[in-house]
Amino acid sequence: MESSRVSRGEVGPFHHRTSLLERIGIRDMDGWLVFSALGLLACSLLTLHQGSRNAIPGSPDYYMQRQALYGLVGIVAMFLISRVDYSRFRELRVGIYTFLCTSIFAVFAFGVALRGSTNSLELPLFTFQPAELGKVLLILSLAGFVIDGARRGSKGQRTIRYLALGFAPTGLVLLQDLGTSLVFGAITIAIMVAAGVRWTHLAAIGGGLAVFIAIVLVAMPMAGAPLLKEYQQERLTSFLEPSSDIGDGGYQQNQAKVAAGSGGTTGRGDQATQSRLGFLPENHTDFIFAVVAERYGFVGAALVLSLFALLFWRALRLMTLSKNFYGTLVAAGIAAAIMFQVFVNVGMNLGIMPITGIPLPLMSYGGSAVIATFLMLGILQSIHIESRAGQRGTWIP
Amino acid sequence: MKFQPVIPKTRHRHGTALRVAIIGGAGLFLFTVLFFRLWSLQVVTGDEYLAEATENRTREIRVRPPRGRILDRDGEVLVDNRTSMALQLDPVEVPTEIPARRKLFSSVADLMDRDLDWVRKRYRTEVEDNPPGSPVTLASDVDDGLVFYLQEHQAEFPEVQVNRVFVRKYPRGFEAAHLLGSVGDVTADDLETTDDPDIQCGDVLGKAGIEQTYDETLRGTAGTTKYQVDSTGRVKGQLTSETPKPGDTLRLTLNQDVQTAGEAALSSIGLPGGFVAMDVNSGEILGMGSAPTFDPDIFTRPLTQNQVDDLYDEDLGAPLFNRAISGAYPVGSIYKPFTAIAALDAGEISANDVIQDGGQVEIADQVFTNAGKQPHGPVDLRRSLEVSSDVYYYLLGAKLNGTNKLQKWSDRFGIGRMTGIDLPGESAGFLPSKAAINKRDREEPNNPFAVPWVIGDNIQLAIGQGSLQADPLQMAVAYSALGNGGTVYKPRLVKQTEDSAGRVLAETEPEVARQIPIDPGAREVIMGGLHDAAQEPEGTSYGVFGGFPIPVAGKTGTAERPPNGDQAWYAVLAPYPDPEIVVITTIEQGGFGADTAAPVALQILSAYFDKQAKAVSGGTGAVE
Repeated sequence: MESSRVSRGEVGPFHHRTSLLERIGIRDMDGWLVFSALGLLACSLLTLHQGSRNAIPGSPDYYMQRQALYGLVGIVAMFLISRVDYSRFRELRVGIYTFLCTSIFAVFAFGVALRGSTNSLELPLFTFQPAELGKVLLILSLAGFVIDGARRGSKGQRTIRYLALGFAPTGLVLLQDLGTSLVFGAITIAIMVAAGVRWTHLAAIGGGLAVFIAIVLVAMPMAGAPLLKEYQQERLTSFLEPSSDIGDGGYQQNQAKVAAGSGGTTGRGDQATQSRLGFLPENHTDFIFAVVAERYGFVGAALVLSLFALLFWRALRLMTLSKNFYGTLVAAGIAAAIMFQVFVNVGMNLGIMPITGIPLPLMSYGGSAVIATFLMLGILQSIHIESRAGQRGTWIP
Repeated sequence: MKFQPVIPKTRHRHGTALRVAIIGGAGLFLFTVLFFRLWSLQVVTGDEYLAEATENRTREIRVRPPRGRILDRDGEVLVDNRTSMALQLDPVEVPTEIPARRKLFSSVADLMDRDLDWVRKRYRTEVEDNPPGSPVTLASDVDDGLVFYLQEHQAEFPEVQVNRVFVRKYPRGFEAAHLLGSVGDVTADDLETTDDPDIQCGDVLGKAGIEQTYDETLRGTAGTTKYQVDSTGRVKGQLTSETPKPGDTLRLTLNQDVQTAGEAALSSIGLPGGFVAMDVNSGEILGMGSAPTFDPDIFTRPLTQNQVDDLYDEDLGAPLFNRAISGAYPVGSIYKPFTAIAALDAGEISANDVIQDGGQVEIADQVFTNAGKQPHGPVDLRRSLEVSSDVYYYLLGAKLNGTNKLQKWSDRFGIGRMTGIDLPGESAGFLPSKAAINKRDREEPNNPFAVPWVIGDNIQLAIGQGSLQADPLQMAVAYSALGNGGTVYKPRLVKQTEDSAGRVLAETEPEVARQIPIDPGAREVIMGGLHDAAQEPEGTSYGVFGGFPIPVAGKTGTAERPPNGDQAWYAVLAPYPDPEIVVITTIEQGGFGADTAAPVALQILSAYFDKQAKAVSGGTGAVE
C-alpha cells in the first residue's frame, strides 16, 4: 500500500499522511451537511416503505426501492462533484447556460406529459426532467455571469443584466411548470441579493413582480388570454378559499391539511387512514410531508423540518466560508433553492401555500429531483473542501 | 520557512455579511412560520382534524326499521309491512348533460317497459318533491326477472339501484282506509317543517290518518351501520352497527264487526256518505267510515297523476275525503233534542206543554211548514220527537231567538266545533249565531247568501237547518253526551300502544272534554221521545227499528241542502234507556233519513249486539 500513500503534502517538503477516507474527500466534507442529507433520504425511504405500500398492487416497496436507487446514484454524484473544484464551473458558465436553455427548449420539442405538466424528456433508460437539473445549472451559470460582469457597466445595467439572464429561463420554464419556474425565480433573486444589487433595485423588482402576478392571475384571464393553464390557475386560487371548493384543487389542499392535522403529536402510525386509504393524493411525491405528519405526528414532521433547517444553516455558513465570491453566490443560490422548495412544499402540505407541484427536496419520490439535489449538495461540499484546503495549509515561502 | 494555519481573511466585499444575514433571516422566518403552523395544526387542533379524518373514511348507512303495525280492538291486523323491491335512481349519479341523461332515461325506460316521456316525467316530479340527494323511486314491486337482470348488469347501469324497502300491507283491503291513512317518502317540505332531527332523507313518514297522527310511535328508530371506505367509496370493512328499533304497534278502538258492517251497509247505498259508531261512555271510536272509499294499497307504489286526480275528483265523490270527520252538512231533525234541552233550560216550555201542530205556522210574516205540510195535531215534547214535528221546534226557535240559549247549548254539546279526535283533517263546521252571521255579512258583502241575522235563522237552526254545518263525528259526541247524562268525551281511535313483541306500553284513558249540566228529567223525556221515534208505530223510523230486539233511541234527519238533494241522517243510542253505543249515519242526497241512513245504522247496531251476544253466550256456555 506504499504506493497509495500519496497526498497533496508530497509536493512540498512536509509529508502529510492521509487515510483512504481522506483521499476520497470524506474528511474534508461538511459532516453535518452529509448527515442532514442522508437523514432526509432515510426519512424518505421509511415513509415510502410504510406509507405507499398499497400504491402499486403487488409491489409494496416499488417507490422505496426506486427512491433508494436514485439516492444511491445521487450520493455517488455528490461525492464525484465534491472532488471537482467548483470554480471550474465559473469558466464554463456560457456552456452551462446554453445547455440549460437548450434542455428547456428540448422539452418543448420532445417533452412528455407527466401529472398535468409537460416537463419531462423520455430518455432511453428513464424519464428526465431537465428543469430539475436546470436549477443547478442556473445557479452555476448565473453566479458565474455575476462575477464575470462585476466590473462592467453601471449598477443599474448590472441589475438588468442579472435579471435578464435569470428570468429568461424562468419565463421559459413558467410555460411548462409553474412550480419549477418559481424556484428559478427564487434562485435568481437570492443570487442578486448576495451579489450586492442595490436595495432600491430589489424593491423595484419586487414591485414589478407584484404587478406581473396581478396581470397573470387577474388581468390576462379576464382579457381572455390566460397565461397559466386552467388547472394552475385553479390551484393557485383555491388555496385562498379552500373550503369553498372541495373539488379538485381545494380537495387536495383540504385532504393534505386533514392528514397532517390528524397526526397530532405522536402520529397515527398504521392507523393513518388519510394516506393509507387514498384520500391524500400524490402521497409519495408532492404530499409526502403530509404522510410524514400523519404517520409520525409532530415529532416526526418536526424532525424532518429540523434536518432541513440544519441543511439550510450549513449552506448559509458556506456563504461566509467560501474561498471566493463565486462560492458565496453559488451557496446563496443553493440555500435559496432548497429553502424555497421546502417552504412552498411544506406550506402547501399544511394548507398555507397554494398547490404548485414543487417537490420536497430529498423526500419526494422522483429521480430527477433527488439527483439534482444531491448535485447541489456535492457543489456545497466542494465549496467546503476548497475552503478547508485554503485553511489547512498554505505554502508560505 | 514555516507551514502555518492561516486564519481566513475577510475576502468578501463590504456588505456581504449583511446580505448573508438577510438570506439567513428570511430562511429563519420561513422555518419559524412552518414550525408554528405545524405545531398549531397538529398539536393545537389535531383532534379536530382527527375527527375529520375519521369522518372521511367512514360511511354511515341508515338502516330503516319496519314501521309499527296497526291492529283493531281485538288484535286483528289492519296494517302490516311487506318488503318490496324498488327501482331507484341516484340523482347524484344522473348526468346533467342532456344527451347523456336522455340516453340513461331511455335505457331505464326500456328496462321498465315504459316510454321515455314517462320516465322523464316521473323523475322530474319525484326530484321536485324529494329532498336533494335522496334516491328517486321510479317503481316499486319490481319483478324478480328485472331484479336479477339488473344485478347481473350492474356495471352497465351504475345509476340504477334496486333496493329492498318496507311498504305497507293492508290485509283487510279497503277497510278503514280513511282512518288508517297512508305513508310516503319524506319531502323537502317535510324536512323544512319538522324539528325532529331523526327524520332524514329517504325516510318514510305518515302522511294522513292514524299514520300521520301517531307517526312518531309507528316510525321506530333507524339504525346505522358504519363502514370503512377508501377514497373511491369502496367498502373496506364494517366498523360498528346499531340495530334499528322497530316502530310500536298501535291497537285501535275499532270493533271489526261494526266497521265491516258499517262500510258494507254504506257502500250498499251507493251514495256518498259517512258513519260514526262510538262508545257512549268512553269516546272510543268503534267504527268510522266514509263512502266512496279507496284502496290504501295504491299508496305503496308511486302514484300516477291519474290516480291522484281520481282521489280528489268531485264527480267520483272525492274518495279521499273523510266525510265522517270532514263533511260539513246541515243535520236536519237529529238536531231537535238539543233545541228541546235549550228550551227547557230557558224555561220557554215544560215537557208537558202541548202545541197544536197544524202542519204549518206563520211567524214574522213568514210561513214555516212541516215536511209535506203534514199536520201532527196536539204534540207535547215527547211526541214532537216521535213524529218529528217541525212546527213545535219552529215555535221554540222563535221563542229562543235573542236569548242565544240555542247556540250556547249546541256549543256545549260540541256542535260546530272540533272534537279533538286523534285524526288530522277534522272540520269545525259552523254554528250560526247572531254574532257569527252578522260577522259573515260584514266580511263578505258580495255574498248574496251572507245576509244579516233575522229571526228566521234561529227558527231554521231549531230544526238543524239554515247555515248550520256539522259532521257525523260532532253529532256522535253530542248524542253520546245526551246518552250518558252530560259527559262530553274527546273521541279517540287508539286504545293502546304495544311494542313489536306485543307487550303493552301505554293504554289510552278516556278523556273528558267537559261536563254539561243536563237536567235528568229533561233527558228522560227526550230519550223517551227518541225511543218512541224509533220503536213506536207512529215513530219516524219505526219501519226500520220497530222489530229490532234491543230497545233503542233513534232520530231521523232529512236536511235540505240546496242545490243538492236532501241529506239523510240517522242518530241512534242503544240500548235504551242507558245506552252504551251511539251511531250516526249520513247519506248525501239520501232523501228521507229513515229510507237510507237508518238502515245503515241498523246494520251497524245488529253487528255490534250480535257480537256482544256471541261473546256473552261464549262466556256463559248458554246459547240463546
